[in-house]
Amino acid sequence: MEVLSYLIPISLVLGGVGLLAFIYTVRSNQYDDPDGNSQRILSDEWDDHPKP
Amino acid sequence: MTATMRPTPSACPACAAAPAAEALAELDAPKEARIALSVPAVHCAACISTVEKALADLPGVHSARVNLTLKRAQIEADPEIMPDDLIRVLERVGYEAFELDAGALSATQTDKAGRDLLMRLAVAGFASMNVMLLSVSVWAGAADATRDMFHWISAAITLPTIAFSGVPFFKSAWGALKHSRLNMDVPIVLAIVLALVTSLWETSLSGHHAYFDAALTLTFFLLAGRYLDHRTRAIARSAAEELAALEVPRAILIRDGEEQQVPVAEVVVGDLILVRPGGRMPVDGEIVEGMSEIDRSLLTGETVPVLAQPGQGVSAGEVNLTGPLVIRATAVGKDTSLHRMADLVAIAESGRSRYTSLADKAAKLYAPGVHILSALSFLGWWAYSGDLRTALNIAAAVLIITCPCALGLAVPAVTTAASGRLFRKGMLIKHATALERLAQVDTVVFDKTGTLTAGTPELTNLGDHATRDLEIALALADGSAHPLSVSLAKAARDAGVKPARVDAITEVPGYGTEGVWNGQRVRLGRAAWVGAEGQTETAAWLSVAGDAPKAFTFSDRLRDGAAEAVRSLQEAGKDVILMSGDTTRAVEALANRLGITHWMAEALPADKAARIAHLSGQGKHVLMVGDGLNDTAALAAAHVSISPASALDAARVASDIVLLGGDLSPIAEALKTAQSAIKRIRENFQIATLYNVIAVPIAVIGLATPLVAALAMSSSSITVSLNALRLR
Repeated sequence: MEVLSYLIPISLVLGGVGLLAFIYTVRSNQYDDPDGNSQRILSDEWDDHPKP
Repeated sequence: MTATMRPTPSACPACAAAPAAEALAELDAPKEARIALSVPAVHCAACISTVEKALADLPGVHSARVNLTLKRAQIEADPEIMPDDLIRVLERVGYEAFELDAGALSATQTDKAGRDLLMRLAVAGFASMNVMLLSVSVWAGAADATRDMFHWISAAITLPTIAFSGVPFFKSAWGALKHSRLNMDVPIVLAIVLALVTSLWETSLSGHHAYFDAALTLTFFLLAGRYLDHRTRAIARSAAEELAALEVPRAILIRDGEEQQVPVAEVVVGDLILVRPGGRMPVDGEIVEGMSEIDRSLLTGETVPVLAQPGQGVSAGEVNLTGPLVIRATAVGKDTSLHRMADLVAIAESGRSRYTSLADKAAKLYAPGVHILSALSFLGWWAYSGDLRTALNIAAAVLIITCPCALGLAVPAVTTAASGRLFRKGMLIKHATALERLAQVDTVVFDKTGTLTAGTPELTNLGDHATRDLEIALALADGSAHPLSVSLAKAARDAGVKPARVDAITEVPGYGTEGVWNGQRVRLGRAAWVGAEGQTETAAWLSVAGDAPKAFTFSDRLRDGAAEAVRSLQEAGKDVILMSGDTTRAVEALANRLGITHWMAEALPADKAARIAHLSGQGKHVLMVGDGLNDTAALAAAHVSISPASALDAARVASDIVLLGGDLSPIAEALKTAQSAIKRIRENFQIATLYNVIAVPIAVIGLATPLVAALAMSSSSITVSLNALRLR
């Protein structure tokens, strides 16, 4: 049962990281244009190097 | 918009060479203009890059980004860049674009409330997943110290989460209690708080049952329902605001002999304003210069343009047709007739809020019932066992089991599905209870001009004229941008007529066009001007010297789908009524053409509203479809109302549903969708009730464990959501 003392904190931290990542994406307006995002991956612009 | 948002930059061409100075100037004044354009035609990845590239290649544009969901382009550019330049650039690459008024859009730029709900939903989801994991271990048989530890960890996760995620419910419940009312949120909050208190108590006494997971899943499901509800409304609101933003309120002011564009809000009484042909009167005023014709169909429903000459009064909202007019403002802003009409609407609107939605009705039955049931089981168990702890535990279990998860999802899940479906068909549901009211409709009232008809004239007697006359008329019609001329020219061209050689064509604003043909003077225009007797029908007269004047008569073109809409509504057993401010003859002709038996002509705005009130008095549920300012009172008085996107702002505001496309046929379908949506909502209520009928006795006799509660809650919520999805 001692393994629980590692596993529970680890699971909470991993979940928390996911939550923080989600909060970051909401804060930076990444859900404003879902249709556009699904189309933009098809565009070959900025394929060679990231947008400056 | 750009005029107000663009503070004068420090004009400093040398700045580019001196970055420090530029940085300083930037501190003084934000140098960027933000321009929003509506680009309805973008739909694919290629469109996005074409539009963005075209805009970004224009010197002075800093960045351009297309939002495909909103079909909008957001541009940041130098202050010198005017929206018109950008629109021209987009036209060159093949995309039609319209300027959007940033002021009207600002409210939707960041949907703060939606983001807030989403954040709370995410936190609740995260916490409930973790607590559920721990709870599953407890249910699976964790005992003694392990169980207690799991319960304490659950408590440590749950308490802060509820404190954060439950805020919307706490606020709403507190608001209701402050006014000594009960709403759906009061039992929710009570259930959550009671569950937490008893669970903490149990945990501290090493008890077996804790409801932390139930409190969290409850919050999560209810927040999901609330978020769906919010999104549906936010989409509708942003689309409605975009319609409003398309009319950039600007006026051309003449001050000291110079023309300047100013926002309408800055016009004061006594200002001279230039209204170009095709423009809308921004304020009430008096014509001081110029001759023209004005189209007042949006205000009165009349289709025949009215002659406008100096000394005559004009109202805001009328459209100038042929010649430039200079008007002196006599009433601005809130005093214009347009606004006074809008005020009438506000009064009528308050009557509509009397409608109680199905959800409110359910809540009214539900909230007291739950409280009484829970209190009774508490008292009963206390009297029976004498143990406060058991009694409190059971009371909490009853509250949690009866929690309105399914009820909270029953309505939003269905309305989201139905609104989404109607939105794809081109209808925008603006009002929260519009769908419910739409489902009750048994009588449909249509306005004529601009609603059943497209508001553009169509030549009716092409065949009656000699080819020679047609050729002359076509040549003269080509010289004018008047709607009748444009329509005449188009009809003649389509019939293969070639224009005759007419020289010295001049347009006489307000009267018509004249020219010289074979040395004779020829005129096309108003009856009186060419020397003919006027008639009631809309007509343009052609006079060729020596001959009697000939009339080209016009009727209003039917809007797309108007005939289908009327037919399918009649087939569905609805009463269809036509009400118009236009002449008896024109209204009767249209009614016969569409097979409408009940019609009313020359109706004043008050007549329309009174007639609708009369119908409502007979117990009818009236759907009003109209677009003009003369319809606004009727739109607001009706049980539910629809206006086309081309309608005046005031009419759109007064109506519950906006028709985005030009087509009327979705109306009949919308009634069907609304009816099936209401059927689904009722089914959902039945599912929720059935589930309560089974689960509540189990809770009251004290057999409910957290596992039972979790299973029952999730299964009922999922059933209700799936039932809502069947609507698609």
